[in-house]
Amino acid sequence: MKRRENIKLLLAGGLGTGLVISGCKTDDKTSAAADMANSTGLYGRTDEEKEHDKKIKSETFFTTAEMSTIAILADIIIPKDEVSGSATEAGVPEFIEFIVKDIPSHKTPIRGGLKWLNNYCISNFEKTFEECTDAQRMKVIDEIAWPDKANPALKNGVKFFNNIRNLVATGFYTSKEGIKDIQYIGNMPNEWDGVPPDVLKKFGFEEDPKYKDVYVNPDTRNEIMVWS
Amino acid sequence: MSLIKEKKVYDVVIVGSGAGGGMASKILSESGLKVAVLEAGRDWDPAKEEDRTQLKWPWESPRRGAGTKRVFGDFDAAYGGWDIDGEPYSQHEGTDFRWFRSRMVGGRTNHWGRISLRFGPNDFKRKSIDGLGDDWPITYDEVSPYYEKVDKLIGVFGSKEGIFNEPDGFFLPPPKPRLHEHFVMKGGKKMNIPVIPSRLSILTKKINNDRGVCFYCKQCNRGCQVYADFSSGTCLLKPAMKNGQVDLYTNAMVREVTTDDTGKATGVIYIDKLTSKDFKIEAKVVVLAASACESARILLNSKSKTFPNGLANGSGVVGKYLHDSTGASRMGFLPEMLNRDRYNEDGVGGMHVYTPWWLDNKKLDFARGYHLEFWGGMGMPGYGAAMGMDTMRKYIVDEMGKPHENGGYGVGLKKDIRTLFGATVGMSGRGESIALESNYCDIDPDVVDQYGIPVLKFNYKWTDQELKQAKHMQDTFEDLLVAMGATLMGEKPGLEEEYGLAKPGQIIHEVGTTRMGDNPSKSVLNKYSQAHECKNLFVVDGGSFVSQADKNPTWTIMALSWRTSEYIADQIKKMNL
Repeated sequence: MKRRENIKLLLAGGLGTGLVISGCKTDDKTSAAADMANSTGLYGRTDEEKEHDKKIKSETFFTTAEMSTIAILADIIIPKDEVSGSATEAGVPEFIEFIVKDIPSHKTPIRGGLKWLNNYCISNFEKTFEECTDAQRMKVIDEIAWPDKANPALKNGVKFFNNIRNLVATGFYTSKEGIKDIQYIGNMPNEWDGVPPDVLKKFGFEEDPKYKDVYVNPDTRNEIMVWS
Repeated sequence: MSLIKEKKVYDVVIVGSGAGGGMASKILSESGLKVAVLEAGRDWDPAKEEDRTQLKWPWESPRRGAGTKRVFGDFDAAYGGWDIDGEPYSQHEGTDFRWFRSRMVGGRTNHWGRISLRFGPNDFKRKSIDGLGDDWPITYDEVSPYYEKVDKLIGVFGSKEGIFNEPDGFFLPPPKPRLHEHFVMKGGKKMNIPVIPSRLSILTKKINNDRGVCFYCKQCNRGCQVYADFSSGTCLLKPAMKNGQVDLYTNAMVREVTTDDTGKATGVIYIDKLTSKDFKIEAKVVVLAASACESARILLNSKSKTFPNGLANGSGVVGKYLHDSTGASRMGFLPEMLNRDRYNEDGVGGMHVYTPWWLDNKKLDFARGYHLEFWGGMGMPGYGAAMGMDTMRKYIVDEMGKPHENGGYGVGLKKDIRTLFGATVGMSGRGESIALESNYCDIDPDVVDQYGIPVLKFNYKWTDQELKQAKHMQDTFEDLLVAMGATLMGEKPGLEEEYGLAKPGQIIHEVGTTRMGDNPSKSVLNKYSQAHECKNLFVVDGGSFVSQADKNPTWTIMALSWRTSEYIADQIKKMNL
């Protein structure tokens, strides 16, 4: 309770009238996409940065067919499980469409990789990746998803899958859903008073007694410092 | 287009609103002087909702915080970077110098690491100790009273350690270590390397009613809406403006200092970036605080009959002795930290512990030291998080001792990403390089920026001294990581990679371009940072540094700026300027 009181006090300081603690939102029903749409769009953008984002958002890079393959791959890489939802539920394909335009060095490897995947499927099954059965798709994925044991002849496929795995994983774990999944707890006003005692003990550490009276005392930190 | 003369005449015009300029604006205005501050960038205040990036979530950025538009990430408080559209610089052959600029009120103090170290007694007399470079014309004892004032005005946490060359100051209480920092302390103990509370200018305790207290979000690089970290705009310039003695001109790109026939400075000419019009501001005293390289550029571009080589440059020393800190890094992975308990370990915006230089250079094959910085923990994911699973999964070992297969997909991949969260640690060395006459910036006669101002051309080479120091850093990183129980990640860089030594300019501690000294033929400024050749011209940024020390420069820039500002006020009172 004491900590909570202190935090309240801290926020009541009057400075920073714009203090909206995003972390305190309790409504989790909104999807990631809706969240982005509802975002104020305010986070210290310069005019030039706003222009850049507007321009990127107005362009379309991937074709409908490419987007649909990206969505299938995204949910193979990050499927729904007992902890969290899938990549597509977290808006990952839309993030990938944005990021390849924002970091154009992604464009050719991803587009070329998607085409490589289709070429490979057509050679093996006379169908595009999307037209393949689930079993056929997974046979191909298993050939390129494990870099240390993949056939060196499929290096292009392995590289592509590493790239798309990176974008899907980072897209997911930076989404609202992903941050809940990985249980990052922070980005909110807090009081740091060291590693929780049970954790510290588990690792056999203890706070250095030398600094016992030197470290921050959470109870007096709102009192004005007296220099000595 | 004619020059528009500003109607108001000032006692002092200050060019730049970073650490040096902000401090000068405060001290000079408080002594009753009328001050104009010219900032080349725009206004910025982290408490304003439209400027705030603090406490934003990665998904609020469409690029999830990637560094496409800002080199340290989309939420970082640096409007600028090493490359700015329309503001190029060039390189002499064989040089790859990087020049970081933040075009905004407060400059680079908005995003910096808040590492606030005093230089020690030895740092002012390196030549006397190792015969390299030069001694400062001042001693620690002369600067110490100003460090004390800076400590109390701005606030820095730390612990009194009694280490001779790492002087203690007036410290706020430091935060307790994070878990990975306990591992670092364990490793340090084994190796007999000191690991002590870090010294950062972040308010872990209230110092006045104008600034809030740190609420531990780890985002000082985004700027703090309650002003609990130091930045020049929020803690110096804006408070100074409240007394009505300071006028701030933003988007004002200074191109030269004007002088009269007697060789005295009369003011500056700047280009208003919004209208492209040229303005002249007159003042009794000109104070340059535009950053070491920008101030040198202004001086070199201020040519007149009296000063054909550029203002205050009869010695030819302006631009020379440019030096940045050295830097190298290494990462490791702590198997004991797999599947960590989750809790909020954000802490302050930086490390809670660090290692000051601990060895004796007389017993080593390089002359100057370095300090160690540490990083790791369960930080907020941003662009790049959960990448690299094609090499990382092997660090997870199953019950039978078999490493997981790299790469993959699906539920197993998700599980492993969770397992790995917060288990990597890293460390960086930041060392002192030797200031050399042969490392310099001068004016490129062939290139101008978009404002028509001739640009800087850099000439910079690391020497054997810095290479040997970086090699030593890499050995230390490995030994310390192993002593902590970490698995080394990546490859140790060898000589062909210059031991991972950062490019000059990349550590953003560049100083020395208008160095101080008693001999006017070998220095630009005297010991009060007053130009030898132009008595009403001063430089209060890192340009005055004779040597950089293995410390971050900001605390010393502010202590010296305070000292110079008192000197200016006193000299004006005595009618000497």
